[in-house]
Amino acid sequence: MATVGQLQKQFVDFSTSLYREFIQLQKLQDESNPDFVFEVVSLFFEDSEKLLNNLAIALQQQVVDFKQVDAHVHQFKGSSSSIGAHRVKNMCVAFRNFCEEKNLDGCLRCLQQINHEYCLVKNKLENVFRLERQILEAGGTIPLIA
Amino acid sequence: MNGIITNAETTTMQFHVLAVDDSVIDRKLIERLLKTSSYQVTVVDSGVKALEYLGLVDDEIANTNTDSNPISTIKNHHEVEVNLIITDYCMPGINGYDLLRKIKESTTLKNIPVVIMSSENIPSRINNCLEQGAEEFFLKPVKQSDVNKLKPHLMRGKGKENQPNFVVNKRKPMAECLSPDRIRTKYNYI
Repeated sequence: MATVGQLQKQFVDFSTSLYREFIQLQKLQDESNPDFVFEVVSLFFEDSEKLLNNLAIALQQQVVDFKQVDAHVHQFKGSSSSIGAHRVKNMCVAFRNFCEEKNLDGCLRCLQQINHEYCLVKNKLENVFRLERQILEAGGTIPLIA
Repeated sequence: MNGIITNAETTTMQFHVLAVDDSVIDRKLIERLLKTSSYQVTVVDSGVKALEYLGLVDDEIANTNTDSNPISTIKNHHEVEVNLIITDYCMPGINGYDLLRKIKESTTLKNIPVVIMSSENIPSRINNCLEQGAEEFFLKPVKQSDVNKLKPHLMRGKGKENQPNFVVNKRKPMAECLSPDRIRTKYNYI
């Protein structure tokens, strides 16, 4: 059974590994907006899953509309960057290059990798929320990250 | 009231910012950032909706609108005072640059300060926006320190006419009304 101290350390580790954008989000949360981070992240999950689905469909078409694919990736790049999901964002950059080249194989490989990176970041974010709950339940306080 | 704005009035005035972004996440973020600075915020998800809100709709815009509800081509006369517009650059339909241009070409809206946001750091894009009259260009993700830069533009904008029904002759620009000492004191508040 982890101690509050151990839980807090895990929380800090996960949060800082998500880069400063995520920490910026945490700073915007306060008593008047206690669920702000959770709301933003939930929107991110919803939006991302929709985009990944649209990308899969777009790339399955007989004639692929690379402009449309690029538009989806551009959106995904923006949202992942705002959340601090840098690895997803970097994959989006590579993906856009393949779109420009109209390279279907390249795009499909990118989609596979982005799905993987997205799963990793989703897992990490869910862990952050789980740790927050556990810390509060154990009577501890959520560490403030500089 | 003869047009002189006192220090007490400037510090308690609430500024109204119109934010425009097609991304649901970025809309939530910018809204929160602006509210943290105690601004009143209206958020819309497209350039067309922004122009509708500002009361500037014409046939050209109505034709690019993809909503099922037809937009009235008559100017919207309800009182909406907007002190600053912050818009994303990349948006489907009317993009941020086009929106900026339309605002600057409008006699009623051209004095409203406009700020552009973009996730892409393209110098020519930035220069074009600034040349077209944008006050600032923020790279996304937008931070609190960026939003802190809006205050001076808001303070300047408040003294100018930006409503079609405003009586033009009675109010002079702030700089002409206040003595140099008052101007210095005012800016110390920022």
